[in-house]
Amino acid sequence: MTDMNVEPSLRMGVVLAALRTPSFMIGLVLTLVFLFAALLSFVWTPYDVTQLEIANKLKTPSATHWFGTDAFGRDIFSMVMIGARVSIAVALIAVGIGIVIGVPLGLLAAARHGTLLDEIVMRANDLVFAFPALLMAIMITAVFGPSAVNAIIAIGIFNIPVFARLSRGAALSLWQRDYVLAARVAGKGRTLISAEHILPNITNLLIVQGTIQFSLGILAEAGLAYVGLGTQPPLPSWGRMLSEAQTMIYIAPHLAIFPGLAIVFTVLGLNLMGDGLRDIFDPKLRRAR
Amino acid sequence: MLPYMIKRLVSLTISLMAASLVIFFVIEVVPGDPASFMLGLNASPETVAALRDSLGLNAPAPMRYWQWITGLVQGEFGISYTYKVPVSELIADRFWVSMPLSVYALMLSTAIAFPVGVIAAARRNSPTDVSIMGVTQLGVAVPNFWFAMLLVLLFSITLRWFSAGGFPGWEAGFFACMKALTLPAIALALPQASILARVMRSSLLDTLGEDFVRTARAKGLTRRQALWRHALRNALIPVLTIIGLQFSFLLAGAIIIENVFFLPGLGRLVFQSITQRDLIVVKSVIFLLVFAVILVTFIVDVTYAIVDPRLRRARA
Repeated sequence: MTDMNVEPSLRMGVVLAALRTPSFMIGLVLTLVFLFAALLSFVWTPYDVTQLEIANKLKTPSATHWFGTDAFGRDIFSMVMIGARVSIAVALIAVGIGIVIGVPLGLLAAARHGTLLDEIVMRANDLVFAFPALLMAIMITAVFGPSAVNAIIAIGIFNIPVFARLSRGAALSLWQRDYVLAARVAGKGRTLISAEHILPNITNLLIVQGTIQFSLGILAEAGLAYVGLGTQPPLPSWGRMLSEAQTMIYIAPHLAIFPGLAIVFTVLGLNLMGDGLRDIFDPKLRRAR
Repeated sequence: MLPYMIKRLVSLTISLMAASLVIFFVIEVVPGDPASFMLGLNASPETVAALRDSLGLNAPAPMRYWQWITGLVQGEFGISYTYKVPVSELIADRFWVSMPLSVYALMLSTAIAFPVGVIAAARRNSPTDVSIMGVTQLGVAVPNFWFAMLLVLLFSITLRWFSAGGFPGWEAGFFACMKALTLPAIALALPQASILARVMRSSLLDTLGEDFVRTARAKGLTRRQALWRHALRNALIPVLTIIGLQFSFLLAGAIIIENVFFLPGLGRLVFQSITQRDLIVVKSVIFLLVFAVILVTFIVDVTYAIVDPRLRRARA
């Protein structure tokens, strides 16, 4: 409270708090593991997944094939690694779309609070909210056909109102602050104030929400791929691996286990990280809970 | 209350109009000519022209939109191109699978989440609370369709308690149908129950810190009495919002779960229609689902106003 030298100690404090938050650390490690697997898959996987070896099909997990092989004799461990790449890319770009379009809209609505513009932005957001991401994806694929890009668009569109609402709400309370008033008195325009004074102060919130939307994006991508509306063959994806596993659940249940666990651990990692970040950024909350 | 209701009804109507415009635009205007889209590349120009004629596609788009909307209001959804029966008939049959499934899942989710959330809040930071929070954290991360597959693996393939899928139809009796819907409903409900339990817990913890709870405790009530008599009721408002939101997730989630269990619901209908390029069915089913979501949001808002009179005055 009496700390006057805020800047450097604050940053150190955040790092220290992060190290002392176990859930954050577990989440970080899980996320890094999958990120590493995804990046590694660009240069190396234990086996080539484009190579079909029917003689080796439906092998249970062993020392040679850690997660076993699928109906075409492909190594499941390698497929899970490449699947991580797809899931992370789709979810990350979808979060990017949400932030790049949603945040400026939210800031604009807050800067013009109470005007027609604000009302239009918020009602448009409500409308998008009424379309669950899955329905959006169904509509888009019904017309354009299934692909990873259409999955990204559908999930991305769903992210826009999430970030628009969040940044509008946070920005509205900041507009009441003295330093914003000071900036206005100094003659700065609303856009400049939004960019220079509001945006830096809502970054923490955006990071936390970004992590949560990232994990939701991974779940959504898996769901879309599972029903055949996402990533298309031959690129492996966790959701499609599960839908292929389902047809063989009687003879090879192990096919269904590993891609599912990959989804659960990635989402769990991101959620733990998001919760941890929220606690770290908002020490008041940490003390209250 | 009346001005508030009117205001909400107007906004409900506007939302529905806007949603229908978006759906119409994406499905009928974006593909260019829906008739040639539905028939594919190999169709002869005569067949395309005939279909365009029978679907009334020669009329200008605003006119077609108007016909679609007026039809919807009267319960006329048009004739399915592939099934050659009224879309309303197709939808009606499948609606009675999807809707009971969503409601069943919602009830399960609430029934699980409510006590779990209350216990976690009442025993904050105890080992019980910590393990409940751990389990719910895991529950949030589990994709419902994967959980569904695990349920099939355990209860259908290993234990043989339930069938792995299919639906006997309501004429087979209520219990047979509920049994067929039980695994799908559990698969849908568990991830939602995890979210709801977490909301219940944190909302209850917030209200337990309020002054009126302290007053109740100062009056001599035990912690438990204060929780049941005063805190719980006030903690319900955010929980209600989440329940409302969850319904739309459940409806959308049901679309996927129906595919895991081969249930003849709206979800299967929509995917079959997509592969058959039957845009008339796709358009109507999507509108119906969005309508359900908007309607539930409306009901939740109105319920709020009844539960909490402050909201009525603030918003009206």
